[in-house]
Amino acid sequence: MSVAIKIENLSKAYQIGEISTGTVSRDIERWWAKKRGKEDPFLKIGEANDRSTKGKSDVVWSLRDVNFEIEQGAAVGIIGRNGAGKSTLLKLLSRVTAPTSGIIKAKGRIASLLEVGTGFHPDLTGRENIFLNGAILGMRKKEIEKKFDEIVDFAGIERYIDTPVKRYSSGMYVRLAFAVAAHLDSEILIVDEVLAVGDAEFQKKCLGKMGQVSVGEGRTVLFVSHNLNSIATLCTSGIILQNGELALKGEISEVISRYNSERTNGHSKRIKKISEGKKAWLCDVLIAETKTGSEFIEANDAIFITVEVEASIELENVYIGFGINDVYGYRIFTLFSKFFNKKYSLKKGLNNITCTLNSMPLKPGNYNVEIFIGNDFETFDYYDSGLQFEILTPADYQFLLPDQSQGSVLVKQEWQ
Amino acid sequence: MNIATNQIHPVGSEHAEWDMVIEPHGKILDFKLRDVWHYRDLLWLLVRRDFVSFYKQTILGPFWFFIQPLFTTLIYTFIFGNLAGISTEGIPKPLFYMAGITAWNYFAECLTKTSTVFKDNSNVFGKVYFPRLIMPLSIVVSTLIKFAVQMLMFLILMGYYGLKGGSFHITSYLLLFPFLVILMALLGLGLGMIISALTTKYRDLVFLVTFGIQLLMYATTVVYPLTAAPEKYKFLIALNPMTPIIETLRLGFLGEGSFSWVYLGASTAITLFITLFGILIFNKVERNFIDTI
Repeated sequence: MSVAIKIENLSKAYQIGEISTGTVSRDIERWWAKKRGKEDPFLKIGEANDRSTKGKSDVVWSLRDVNFEIEQGAAVGIIGRNGAGKSTLLKLLSRVTAPTSGIIKAKGRIASLLEVGTGFHPDLTGRENIFLNGAILGMRKKEIEKKFDEIVDFAGIERYIDTPVKRYSSGMYVRLAFAVAAHLDSEILIVDEVLAVGDAEFQKKCLGKMGQVSVGEGRTVLFVSHNLNSIATLCTSGIILQNGELALKGEISEVISRYNSERTNGHSKRIKKISEGKKAWLCDVLIAETKTGSEFIEANDAIFITVEVEASIELENVYIGFGINDVYGYRIFTLFSKFFNKKYSLKKGLNNITCTLNSMPLKPGNYNVEIFIGNDFETFDYYDSGLQFEILTPADYQFLLPDQSQGSVLVKQEWQ
Repeated sequence: MNIATNQIHPVGSEHAEWDMVIEPHGKILDFKLRDVWHYRDLLWLLVRRDFVSFYKQTILGPFWFFIQPLFTTLIYTFIFGNLAGISTEGIPKPLFYMAGITAWNYFAECLTKTSTVFKDNSNVFGKVYFPRLIMPLSIVVSTLIKFAVQMLMFLILMGYYGLKGGSFHITSYLLLFPFLVILMALLGLGLGMIISALTTKYRDLVFLVTFGIQLLMYATTVVYPLTAAPEKYKFLIALNPMTPIIETLRLGFLGEGSFSWVYLGASTAITLFITLFGILIFNKVERNFIDTI
């Protein structure tokens, strides 16, 4: 098969911090350096885009020397943590912004669904918006006319086609927007998180359509999502981006398992403290079994979660929250002191806060925890990067575990 | 496996087999007109959108187009005509002012709207690629509709004064009218694009535009005829590319105004230069503006 997209040494630098009065003099310096054929003096200090460490310069490389090729007809999932460069890559591919260096070559038209409904005008009717949106996405009027019925049918809004879209329900709006984009006649399609919208039924329909696009019509699809489930369903191969660099490319199953294992940082003493500019921040987390304090937790064990929070000033009315997600990023349940109106007072310095559960209702497997520290008005600290823990199968458990269709929790139950 | 392994190919001759090549820097003299041509449907749809969204949920609809020039004409007639007593070369005052105002408004609106095009459309520009030039072009065309409606009102006013026996007459210079409209459009577009390119990084310029346009209006023969301009500044005022346009327009419709091929030629040359320069700088900025806006 031939190559549809070829990316060579692709880099993109961003200037962080304020762009203001200082920029004029820097622009002049830059221009002068360029005139003499020298490198941009402000891009010299190259740094990887790692948000948790403070950089020395105000230029970060959102993408750095990325090389890969994508074969025609492939469905490729691009995964990575927030800030890994996924969106930047898509922006470069869809020509929203230009690379700092490197080159992208593509065969065929590239259409991007970076956000559905771009350019929708609330006062225009569904019909008018289909044409406008289609044209923005690069379709000719004739092409849209040809596909018009198909689009309306896919969105299922025939009755409202001559109603201004501002009167649509948000579901209808999104369905229409997706329908237009999904009927683009481009050889390469770039999709970013669009499936995070609409109801479950429509999401399924979208997934089906995307699958049809890549397998049935032989078009190349690049798919970015945090939802590993849909990536696993849709894509045949994947790419992991890490701090702007290509960490791995390969079969989708290999990529997903590697990505999951990399998110595991353990669940104690592994927090990267980021205290700068914060009133309170997370120092440590311990998830352990209540009686023994062991970090080996079995399904339905009684557990406690203790966080160590450091505060720079005294704080009142503080809430703590834990979000428990599965490895695909789906929230399973949330523990939040606000649910029970429990407010904490933090003293200056270290504070320990514990939440106990009589029974951990999770099936054996790996889970991620997100941690929130804040009050009614602001978030002091939010930690969501790769704090993973494992639930083990109880040693004496020899029965059936609930499968996917039977839910994602194993609630402690007694049968009389 | 669908993704091939890392390979670095020499960049150069084999570009031909690719349909699209994205590089850090575009060619300097690339006007991207072919791209624009491909998206011509979008241009019309945007014009339609502007027009439709303007009158939707209004009672009077496009009639609002009339209100603004009508009131300005009344005010100018009162202030410049009656209070200041500036000569209108014998032409009925409302006609004289309205001719200038209508033309000037077209130019000014093209300029102001184009100058904020990146800021106003940053959410669309940040999501999808289409030749950005389409946006300012659609502004110029949408504004043209407004201009046409206002010209219609001007013609009605002409008819009214014609019946009353006002002293004015149409001359053969009227044939230049389409050319004058194109000049105004290009001038507004070009200046607007230059400003829009600069404002993506430095917002300050936006404040200058409103102020600058007002100043420029008084340096143009909108509220006075060129013959009434002080001798000292006459040359400068005539060099202002908008002056020959408005003067010729008045000469065509009302039979009063100064005309010289030299000034109109200079105006055309300046306009073309500004437009080309505007397109180049606009195309250069569109590649990266989303990072700085």
